[in-house]
Amino acid sequence: MNSDCIVIMGSNMAEAHPVGFQWVMEAKGRGARVIHIDPRFTRTSAVADTYVPIRAGSDIAFLGGVIRYVLDNDLDFREYVAAYTNASFLVSEDFADTEDLDGLFSGYDPRTGAYERDSWYYEGTEPPRDDDGSRAKTFSEPFQAGASGAGVAGAHLAERDPTLQHPRCVFQVLKRHFARYTPEMVERVCGTPQEQFLDVCRAWTTNSNRDRTTALVYSVGWTQHSVGAQYIRAGAILQLLLGNIGRPGGGVFALRGHASIQGSTDIPTLFNLLPGYLAMPNVAHTDLDAWMADQRTGGHKGYGYDVDAYMVSLLKEYFGDAATPENDFGFDWLPRIDGDHGTYRTVMDMIDGKVSGYFVLGQNPAVGSAHGRLQRLGMANLDWLVVRDLNEIETATFWRDSPEIETGEIVPERCRTEVFLMPAASHVEKEGTFTQTQRMLQWRTKAVEPSGDRRSELWFAYHLGRLVRERLAGSTRERDQPMLNLAWDYATEGGHDGTGEWVEPSADDVLRRINGYDLTTGDLLPDYLGLKADGSTSCGCWIYSGVYAEGVNQAARRKSHTEQGPYDAEWGWTWPMNRRVLYNRASADPEGRPWSERKKLVWWDADEGAWTGYDIPDFPRNTPPGHRPPEDATGPEALSGDDPFIMQPDGKAWLFAPHGLLDGPLPTHYEPHESPVRNPLYGQQGNPTRKVYGRPDNPSNPAPPEAGSEVFPYVLTAARLTEHHTAGGMSRQLPYLSELQPALFVEVSPELARERGLTHLGDAHVVTSRSAVQARVVVTDRMAPLRIDGRVVHQVWLPYHFGHTGLVSGDVVNDLFGVVEDSNVFIQESKVATCDVRPGPRPRGPALRALLDEVRAAAGITVETGTRIATAPGVAHTEEGS
Amino acid sequence: MNRLYGPLDDVAGDAGHVEHPPRVGFFTDTSVCIGCKACEVACKEWNAVPEDGLDLLGMSFDNTGMLGADSWRHVAFVEQPRRTAHQDPAFAGLPTGPSGIPETAGAVEPRLEAAPRGGSELGTNPLPPGGPEPQELGMPGFSRPGDLTGPESRTDFRWLMASDVCKHCTHAGCLDVCPTGALFRTEFGTVVVQQDLCNGCGYCVSGCPYGVIDRRQHDGRANKCTLCYDRLGDGLEPACAKACPTDSIQFGELDELRERADRRLAQLHDLGVSEARLYGRDPDDGVGGDGAFFLLLDEPEVYGLPPDPHVPTRDAPSMWKRAGQAAAAFLLAGAAAFLAGGRR
Repeated sequence: MNSDCIVIMGSNMAEAHPVGFQWVMEAKGRGARVIHIDPRFTRTSAVADTYVPIRAGSDIAFLGGVIRYVLDNDLDFREYVAAYTNASFLVSEDFADTEDLDGLFSGYDPRTGAYERDSWYYEGTEPPRDDDGSRAKTFSEPFQAGASGAGVAGAHLAERDPTLQHPRCVFQVLKRHFARYTPEMVERVCGTPQEQFLDVCRAWTTNSNRDRTTALVYSVGWTQHSVGAQYIRAGAILQLLLGNIGRPGGGVFALRGHASIQGSTDIPTLFNLLPGYLAMPNVAHTDLDAWMADQRTGGHKGYGYDVDAYMVSLLKEYFGDAATPENDFGFDWLPRIDGDHGTYRTVMDMIDGKVSGYFVLGQNPAVGSAHGRLQRLGMANLDWLVVRDLNEIETATFWRDSPEIETGEIVPERCRTEVFLMPAASHVEKEGTFTQTQRMLQWRTKAVEPSGDRRSELWFAYHLGRLVRERLAGSTRERDQPMLNLAWDYATEGGHDGTGEWVEPSADDVLRRINGYDLTTGDLLPDYLGLKADGSTSCGCWIYSGVYAEGVNQAARRKSHTEQGPYDAEWGWTWPMNRRVLYNRASADPEGRPWSERKKLVWWDADEGAWTGYDIPDFPRNTPPGHRPPEDATGPEALSGDDPFIMQPDGKAWLFAPHGLLDGPLPTHYEPHESPVRNPLYGQQGNPTRKVYGRPDNPSNPAPPEAGSEVFPYVLTAARLTEHHTAGGMSRQLPYLSELQPALFVEVSPELARERGLTHLGDAHVVTSRSAVQARVVVTDRMAPLRIDGRVVHQVWLPYHFGHTGLVSGDVVNDLFGVVEDSNVFIQESKVATCDVRPGPRPRGPALRALLDEVRAAAGITVETGTRIATAPGVAHTEEGS
Repeated sequence: MNRLYGPLDDVAGDAGHVEHPPRVGFFTDTSVCIGCKACEVACKEWNAVPEDGLDLLGMSFDNTGMLGADSWRHVAFVEQPRRTAHQDPAFAGLPTGPSGIPETAGAVEPRLEAAPRGGSELGTNPLPPGGPEPQELGMPGFSRPGDLTGPESRTDFRWLMASDVCKHCTHAGCLDVCPTGALFRTEFGTVVVQQDLCNGCGYCVSGCPYGVIDRRQHDGRANKCTLCYDRLGDGLEPACAKACPTDSIQFGELDELRERADRRLAQLHDLGVSEARLYGRDPDDGVGGDGAFFLLLDEPEVYGLPPDPHVPTRDAPSMWKRAGQAAAAFLLAGAAAFLAGGRR
């Protein structure tokens, strides 16, 4: 709303986030320019001022081009960059860039497909003791760095050049790294005409200065790539160079995909995280001190240093009185990671017979996850499967109606999996909080009692735990102690019928316990600053502490915007500490004065001796702007008065990431795993650290320089429609939504339709090495061909909502994608692949398998295809036994 | 005066409501519509309007087709190879060929023509899969003005969206011709059908200058938007306006909405969006102004709206006058004949 320009990239915000999009329209009404950069002209483009076409999977080349434009023309916000980023830090002499190594950074090991990152450090700092890139790639370690920051020990010792002139200072490294991302190169890689690209550069830079700010919006169009984390890095670097972080109307907005998916990472359902982005211990962490030492490799500065208080308080919440200083607060009762336990690895382990049971709650992997066939074959090889959902979704019915029945790969009579379908209460039938994109918790009350046997997730988890604990009661086996020691004593509010065994646990009590208590007084904590490492506080999620401050459910507040200040501080509650703009110390200059009257947010009040403003300051309240900490200070006390990035070990925002990422300290354009073109920028074709799973059941389409890519000449991308919800479990069952988008269709440009003989509303099938999917053809001017590196490249798009149950049905689009992941966070590359499009219906049953055998043979696909992730040395990364 | 056509300041009073609240309506600003169809869903949900067909129409993202007995809100999606003043050319510099719109229109039009009621049941019945070859029928169809003007290599493009609804006319053709009193003017100045009084005669269907009101197939009774009469009575805004995320659909007192629309129009004109215009705002138009009016970004025909709607009763005085003249002439002739005969 406060933005002067809004750049939306990797996101179809109007269609996938229509409610949040009202604020974009509000800003537009106030004069903001809206730019949409996307492979398709969507409903977002329709109301944008400027639509800019781009090839799916080439965003880093585009952003790198904008970064080069900024640096080349001295358009960066120099005072901000010099004071608040690591631009002035010197990088180790041993560091070698992609410029030097044809697309690789120094430290690459082709055998493991990972980097040894010692050479990426600041001059004068020590790399951590055992930086093992290949182990980090197994645990998705970068994802675990949230609460404690990425590790750089002794960052205060790093050498700096405040003039930004030293050839090895980050600023100059950045300049060299992006030197080849010229407008001509952007056009060659992205297909975006230079004039349109330069128009975006001009709009972005003229709207980023003391008086003006630009917001950057992305969604899963950025994350779901084999180099997705670096897409976001590229956006962040640009926003930092232009001074758009921590300021009103600036920011990088990660739009989350569902209601409370933000909540499900804050209090996670991820294998490698504990609540509040604390790292899940691994097998090397024999005790709490060992875990703590690993978290503090990031040195001693900032709020990340206080992880001991966050962890001990979490253990006190989990285990209550059973957690004592003598037993390490029950640290030994936490599970340990001993490898990749991500969702795709788990599914492959099901196929390989290593997993016997599976809980699926609020998810429909048979439709919604990449490589649907793999998902279904995995689930067909279990002992038991529990599905909790509103409807009988494909994940519960795969054993009798999946496409594999037709092909004979699953036989209902012989499918060994016992499926338990548990009806779930909907969001109006239970109470609790949603945490939305803006990190805001909003409490919902229950509108109606759940009908029939429907029950809340809370009820299910509570009683499952209760029953397991009853079965284990009295056991002295070590493996049973974690369950038996859980403080499983939540308040209850009477059963579904008001009494008896099947009581409903109190969501209000759960929220109080998430907020945390001072165990010496029994009072609810006001915020996370009060957390202690001595066991005298408990807290279920440190970043949520304060949501029940003063005994008030802060998430339930609903004060009208007409009755309060511009940041609506009394509507819901935003973590951390109800701050609406993160790192807002950066909205003031190093001396603590607002950069401009127009963009005033938080400032230093010398008379009060405190930070103040329209938002809650994201900085130690009484640390003055000129403060310099003593040498031996630790934690928040070690922050200087001009260190706005309080979670970083050096207090600065990282243009160059000396640690924390596995695929490079700077973003680099790599072609997607499957691409019709050779990388025009480097010899290295794709991300050299991407996670590949070379198995016969997970084939890849070839990409240059491998032969055979011409069999799949088109770029395939998939996304959502407003009218349906993700895998369709909540929309294909509803007549009012189904009638609005009643059939699976494939969007093609008129040019591609002519090339392939496709007729509007006729049938076509899209073919990859994994599957063929049938869809109605929609020929539309909204799709357009691009010229990539001298040749015309077509893109095709399908919505992925359809499956085989419900009022409207269709093939599963995710069957087209294989499994290949970003090495940092294990996100699958499901926003881009290659494909062919053919007119007419697809073959069915055994004929479908025959077609796939035929295309795989034509493309020369083997288990090694796509697994030579380093282009030059060419070591194949296939699985044992393949 | 002006009870049959032209401006009318107090529609509710004119209909016999002695004490009544101010007239309310919708201002639909299509320039901020994002085509989410939340209005369609909210309307059906609140008013229990049945689902009406699971058919892919191929008309851009429009699978509703048109307003009808079972679609009281309809979002139109118009793809055009041209651009609005403030937008940059979308596909300039790309290796594009000619627009595909003639081809898609050619595929959709014959299917509509082949449908039993010429397409008027859009969204209520599955259309036949194929259809005869495209032929020029010389009537308005899927291709609209401006559709066919693209150059050989397409560069400009725009995608217009607009949520259509019953206009709640000042002079409502449906209401004027209803023989049973099923259609009535509410105290809010809106027009509502009472199904229990409707005998299904269908006069209202031909009386509506916008083709809005329609009869349900299973019982023949007329149905259309009530402007959520029940919600108005409880002090709530209509469901569609409540659900609209971008405030494209704005509900309020009509006088205030007209002022707001005038301001918005001026703002867009200042921004150079010269195509912007109001539709149904003018009390001097053929229906005395609409209770639900629109800000459009092109000619009304582009959105499937009639350019110059007028209520049939506007012609009633002249019809009466002509009928009177005819009757007088007939009488004169009869008298003349009688006189002539008398002389015989």
